[in-house]
Amino acid sequence: MSATPQDLKYSKSHEWVRLEPDGSVTVGITDHAQALLGDLVFVETPESGSPVEAGQACATVESVKAASDVYAPVSGEVIAVNEDLADSPERVNESPFAEGWLFRVQPSDSGEIDGLMDADAYAAMVASES
Amino acid sequence: MMNPQEPGLIFEHSREGRSAAAQMPRRPDGPIRIPEALRRRSAPGLPSASELDVVRHYTRLSQRNFSIDTQFYPLGSCTMKYNPRACNSLAMLPGFLNRHPLAPAGYSQGFLQTMHELQEMLREVTGMSGVSLTPMAGAQGEFAGVAMIRAYHDARGDRQRSEIIVPDAAHGTNPATAIMCGYQVREIPTDASGDVDLDALRAAVGPQTAGIMLTNPSTLGVFERRIREIAGIVHEAGGLLYYDGANLNAILGKVRPGDMGFDVIHMNLHKTFSTPHGGGGPGAGAVGVSQRLLPFLPVPVVVRTDDGPYRLATEADRPQTIGRLSAFAGNAGVLLRAYVYMRMLGREGMTRVAEFSTLNANYVMAELRRAGFDLAFPERRATHEFIVTLKRQSRETGLTAMDVAKRLLDHGYHAPTTYFPLLVPECLLIEPTETESRQTLDGFVTAMVAVLEESGRDIETIKGAPHRLPNRRFNEVAAAKRLDVVYRPEAAETAAGL
Repeated sequence: MSATPQDLKYSKSHEWVRLEPDGSVTVGITDHAQALLGDLVFVETPESGSPVEAGQACATVESVKAASDVYAPVSGEVIAVNEDLADSPERVNESPFAEGWLFRVQPSDSGEIDGLMDADAYAAMVASES
Repeated sequence: MMNPQEPGLIFEHSREGRSAAAQMPRRPDGPIRIPEALRRRSAPGLPSASELDVVRHYTRLSQRNFSIDTQFYPLGSCTMKYNPRACNSLAMLPGFLNRHPLAPAGYSQGFLQTMHELQEMLREVTGMSGVSLTPMAGAQGEFAGVAMIRAYHDARGDRQRSEIIVPDAAHGTNPATAIMCGYQVREIPTDASGDVDLDALRAAVGPQTAGIMLTNPSTLGVFERRIREIAGIVHEAGGLLYYDGANLNAILGKVRPGDMGFDVIHMNLHKTFSTPHGGGGPGAGAVGVSQRLLPFLPVPVVVRTDDGPYRLATEADRPQTIGRLSAFAGNAGVLLRAYVYMRMLGREGMTRVAEFSTLNANYVMAELRRAGFDLAFPERRATHEFIVTLKRQSRETGLTAMDVAKRLLDHGYHAPTTYFPLLVPECLLIEPTETESRQTLDGFVTAMVAVLEESGRDIETIKGAPHRLPNRRFNEVAAAKRLDVVYRPEAAETAAGL
């Protein structure tokens, strides 16, 4: 069974969101998502400073099986990206909720975060899909 | 010392001073005319080997091939449909081979006639109003198709149309093509039974809709059942319908995209019409259009007035054309093979292609279901292909689509397509094609059943497959991330401990 940390928020398209003390949010893909994708061989993150729109594709993860879009869970500006993933995409498989984070966004509307699922709702959604 | 059973690399057969003198190209007489500054400073790192060593090396390598000439290939027409030998030999007649592409039309009447007849046969079989053979591949055919949609709207001054609708079951090339032509892509979902979600389509269309790109049969291995309604919804909104005709073998002689209401279609002749492909071409992505898109067809196209000579119509004849896609008129050699294939089949033969490609797929589907495999769309009939999902097995025994693919190799069968379409987890997309006999299909089913049974008692053996091939299971992550195809003698010496 895949892990679903309680302190995070989740999107329907399997991204997780962590609210940081400074009001920004860190974004990654869930343990469930990385397990479905299999071993990642390539991660393309958005550029720092670029705007993202909630629900729009803004990053790509590619595994030995397939390439998938990652959707921005909230709108705002990208303020940091995980540079390590360019050389070590396997971090996402090994540590999806920590070292495998993808990018950090300064949200333009913090209300969007409240619209995301909590851990229990996300776990229930995953259970209903399998 | 090299293992004589291992072909190794051609470089490992290289010995100073050896050569195949009889095969050497002749050096031109006289001085070399390449300017000094552009000449290379060191000799290229080519191997020096004798003719016999080279022959043995490549013959051994070829013996390791899984090929359509030796094994069943359930990848189907998308990759490796059988190409009848006659297509090849007739397209290689000296009159075709030796014709220069710049030869005047007066000296090329035979060739131009075959191309004209090919245009007409494709027009007839698709139900469109006109065909151009110039696109050199499926991707270029798609580009030509959407470029014509844009040219049509532009010619009417209808410039607000900025979106192409693409169902999520479409080929991955469709959204790429729309973007290449300057459109935004709006994706719409598929419903649980594999059809386009009509409510989502109704909500998506509007004055911004330039068109929809649709694959029918879809990549889910089912026929779109409400195609007329889809056509109605899109046309009513002022958009055009694009038919991705990559694989037409399921519908040949049965139904025609033109009759379904489509405005433009591209056809991968190297798939349906059995010309060689794989490894990047050369391909042929002919396009067909409805009446209103005729002026925009890419040039040149072969035309003939009454009983006059055949000639190539160009920009001068078709001022609204989207232009040229190739230096001449497409891949002539590939087009000739498609022509021969269609002439050999004839009208009745083409209908039989559709009947046997769908019958073979439905037969294998029914047999696999009976043996305990789960189908992605169990309530639907197969088109020329169908999808098995190993979602349940992957949870219960750990048997994945990749495991089945690898273990099938040990049984002497090439793997079907794995992990495509992306909508279905742990899937195998199986297309037997029309050319396989019942005995071959039964053999494949037997192998699939053997793998399934084995997974219940010995999953470890399957996880290590293939066992009977020269190479075992590859580390795909390393192959994708650290692919190294450059031979360096120093590295080889280090590895050999020299």
